[in-house]
Amino acid sequence: MKVSITVNGAPREAEVAPNTLLVELLRGSFGLTGTHVGCDTSQCGACTVRLDGKAVKSCTVLAAQAEGCEVTTIEGLGAPGALHPLQAAFQETHALQCGFCTPGMIMGALDLIESGERLDEASVRAGLDGNYCRCTGYHNIVRAVLLAAGANA
Amino acid sequence: MQDFAYHRPRSIADAVSLRRSAADGSYLAGGMTLIPTLKQRLAAPSDLVDLGALGELAGVRLESGMMTIGAMTRHAVVAASQDARRAIPALAALAGQIGDAQVRNRGTIGGSVANSDPAADYPAAVIALGATIRTDRREIAADGYFRGLFETALEPGELIREIAFPVPARAAYRKFRHPASRYAVAGVFVADFGGSRVRVGVTGAGPCAFRWSALEHALSSALDPAAANGAPLDHGRFNSDLAASAEFRAQLVRVMAKRALESLSG
Ligand SMILES: Cc1cc2nc3c(=O)[nH]c(=O)nc-3n(C[C@H](O)[C@H](O)[C@H](O)COP(=O)(O)OP(=O)(O)OC[C@H]3O[C@@H](n4cnc5c(N)ncnc54)[C@H](O)[C@@H]3O)c2cc1C
Ligand code: FES
Ligand code: FES
Repeated sequence: MKVSITVNGAPREAEVAPNTLLVELLRGSFGLTGTHVGCDTSQCGACTVRLDGKAVKSCTVLAAQAEGCEVTTIEGLGAPGALHPLQAAFQETHALQCGFCTPGMIMGALDLIESGERLDEASVRAGLDGNYCRCTGYHNIVRAVLLAAGANA
Repeated sequence: MQDFAYHRPRSIADAVSLRRSAADGSYLAGGMTLIPTLKQRLAAPSDLVDLGALGELAGVRLESGMMTIGAMTRHAVVAASQDARRAIPALAALAGQIGDAQVRNRGTIGGSVANSDPAADYPAAVIALGATIRTDRREIAADGYFRGLFETALEPGELIREIAFPVPARAAYRKFRHPASRYAVAGVFVADFGGSRVRVGVTGAGPCAFRWSALEHALSSALDPAAANGAPLDHGRFNSDLAASAEFRAQLVRVMAKRALESLSG
């Protein structure tokens, strides 16, 4: 079957089997390997992307369900030399060790930053409940999100 | 994941007829339960009928003492809904405690209530508020709806359209969260409809959500949180697993009930 979606602002089309996952479409058909697969069981959040402006686990969405939707991946945020404030904050606070969880953390944190709500450590931790860092670098991840949100880290 | 045929109907009638003509079909809502189930090959339906394009199934409506939530309404939408937060704040808060942010952006109330996971949150509210489940063919009262482990009164192919919740005078939900899955190890929803009419819904403890009638009875004379300490509670059929033994769950149910009741009077 054919799916047509907008990825990082550009319309894309692909022929997929009905049981293709959104993350498989992004990584396989579109070569957007910034989105990672950690657990493939809906737990870790490494595969987090934005679907119509909301963070979702792309290992738990069928490509077919994204038909007509807008998808944003980590590749759609910033570029070397022109980092998104969240990316810059992750660099600044050393919020990544192996970096495997980072794209998912950033895509999840975007919702928090854009919610307009006042963020503090507790709300950032609760908001990123669905993202695991196996290097357990949570402390600096929280600092990065607060820094990007303009809160005192 | 095994292969299947995928359908994206544009009307409820088409959804029901596609499901009926499939050899072994399944509705797909948020997919937060179904897709992991397919990956584990615990289910291998021939056809998936995606309800995602049925906008008429999504939304929160408040009218004459009833709050009606469309089956495809995502948990995050219920949590943020001004109507829900005003009319039944405990229900909005419950929705905001389900899983994590990404799960709440996809998971739906219809999927949760159709699935009847023993540890799911919404069923406690459906029971305590005495909700009505409106389907493509009838209305089902909460009291006869949850039948057992992943078992409900829904017939094969029956589609939940919406769930209607009577608005109580006040209500509260307390859950003991599993630290990893975030499902309820035990959860208790208490709804006070005034005039000593109190209903108590319990989730996480038994094979499916149920009313704790003995506590309701005790509360009908006085809304005393201490009633949760002694009201009879049979844990003979309670779940026993890594998270908690049946006995410990019974104790958690008492504590969650007490905390919910305390927050009502507070
Ligand atoms: C990491 C994680 C954590 C979670 N934590 C919690 C938690 O803390 N508490 C909690 O309660 N839940 C939790 N969930 C489950 C989540 O709430 C699911 O969203 C919900 O149980 C199912 O809803 P869904 O929309 O995803 O349904 P789906 O997965 O799409 O469907 C589930 C079942 O319901 C059927 N169905 C769906 N819609 C209808 C309908 N309208 N009519 C008839 N049948 C229908 C489907 O055919 C399927 O059998 C968690 C899930 C994940 C992945
Ligand atoms: S890979 Fe999707 S949640 Fe872990
Ligand atoms: S930095 Fe290694 S998993 Fe998070």
